[in-house]
Amino acid sequence: MSVALTRAEPSIAGVGDYLELMKPRVMSLVVFTALVGFLIAPGHIHPVIALTALICIAVGAGAAGALNMWYDADIDARMTRTAARPIPAGRVAPGEALAFGVTLATGAVVVLGLLVNVVAAGLLAFTIAFYVIVYTMWLKRTTPQNIVIGGAAGALPPMIGWAAASGSLTVEPLLLFLIIFFWTPPHFWALSLYRTEDYARAGVPMLPVVSGGRETRRQILLYSLLLAPLGAAPWFMGYAGPLYGAAALVCGAALIALALRLRAGSGEGPSRRLFGFSILYLFVLFAMLLADRALQAFGGLLGHAAA
Amino acid sequence: MTLASDRMNEPDNKDPPQWIKLTQQQLRARRARSIAIAVALGALVILFYIVTWVKGPAVLVRPL
Repeated sequence: MSVALTRAEPSIAGVGDYLELMKPRVMSLVVFTALVGFLIAPGHIHPVIALTALICIAVGAGAAGALNMWYDADIDARMTRTAARPIPAGRVAPGEALAFGVTLATGAVVVLGLLVNVVAAGLLAFTIAFYVIVYTMWLKRTTPQNIVIGGAAGALPPMIGWAAASGSLTVEPLLLFLIIFFWTPPHFWALSLYRTEDYARAGVPMLPVVSGGRETRRQILLYSLLLAPLGAAPWFMGYAGPLYGAAALVCGAALIALALRLRAGSGEGPSRRLFGFSILYLFVLFAMLLADRALQAFGGLLGHAAA
Repeated sequence: MTLASDRMNEPDNKDPPQWIKLTQQQLRARRARSIAIAVALGALVILFYIVTWVKGPAVLVRPL
C-alpha cells in the first residue's frame, strides 16, 4: 500500500485571466443600465457614494460571471465560442475561480450595504444568487426557457441603481426591468440560432436545439412584438419625454422588421443582424432615457433662470 | 507499507527535502497577482476613508 499525496500545481493565472473571469463585456452593459437607473432616480446623492455604488454593482456582476465560469467550465470546454476561457484553457484552476467569485460577491454586497444602502445591497445579493444558482446551476442545463427566466438576473441592475440612489423602488425601475427581461429572449435566441451546433455539442437545451430553428424564429418574433410597445411604455406612462418616445418607437419598429425578416429567411445573416441590432436597441433606449432626463433638467434650469 | 513520515524518521536518509521550485512564468504571475491584491486593498482603504469624510457622523446611519 502506498499513500499518495497530491499537490496542486502552482498557479500561472495572471491578472488578465482574473479580469476575463469577470466577463468585462457583460459587466459594461450591467454598469451602463445600472447607471441609467441610478441617474433617473429621484433625489440627490453625493458623487462619491454614486461611484461607490457603481463599483460595487460592477464587482458584483464580475463575481457572478466568475462563478458562472467556475460552474460551467465543462460546457465552456465543449463550445468553440468559450473554449479559450481561463478555466477550460487551463490558465485558472476551478477552485481559484470559485474563491475569486465568492470573495468578490461577498465584498461587493457588504461594501454596498455599508456605504450606500441595504435595499441596493439586498437586491445585488439576490441578483448574484439568482444568476448563479437559479440560472447557471439549475435552468441552463434543464430547460429551453433557461434564458427567459434567467434573464431576470440581467434585468435587475437598473433596479439596483435606482435603489442605490433613492433607497426605495417604484413602478419606473420595474418598467426598465421588464424592458430588459423581454429583450433577453430575442437577443440570446438570435445568437443561439447561429451557434446551434455549439450548444448541441455542449448539451445545453437552448430553444433552437430542442425545438428547432423555425419555432425559435417564431418565438423571437412574438417577444419582439411584446418588447416594442413595452420599450415605449415609459413615454406612454409619462415617465419619459417625446425624445425617448420617438427613439423607442423607431427602434421597436426596426426590431420587429428584423424579426419578420428572420422569420421569413434562412441562413446566418438575419440572425446575426438581429443579434447585433438587439444590442444597439437596448443601448439607444437607455441612452435616450438619460438624454431625455438631462433635457428635462436643463429645461427646468432655464425656466427657473427666466423666472 | 511505507509512509513518507517513516522515511523522514530514518537516520540514514540523506535526501534533501523536496521543495516546489516555481518557474519564471509562475513567479511573474504570482508577483502580478500580489500587486493586484495590494492595489485592490489599498483602493478599498482609500474608499472607506473618503466615504467617512463625505458622510461625516452619518457614516453609521444606514436606514433601510
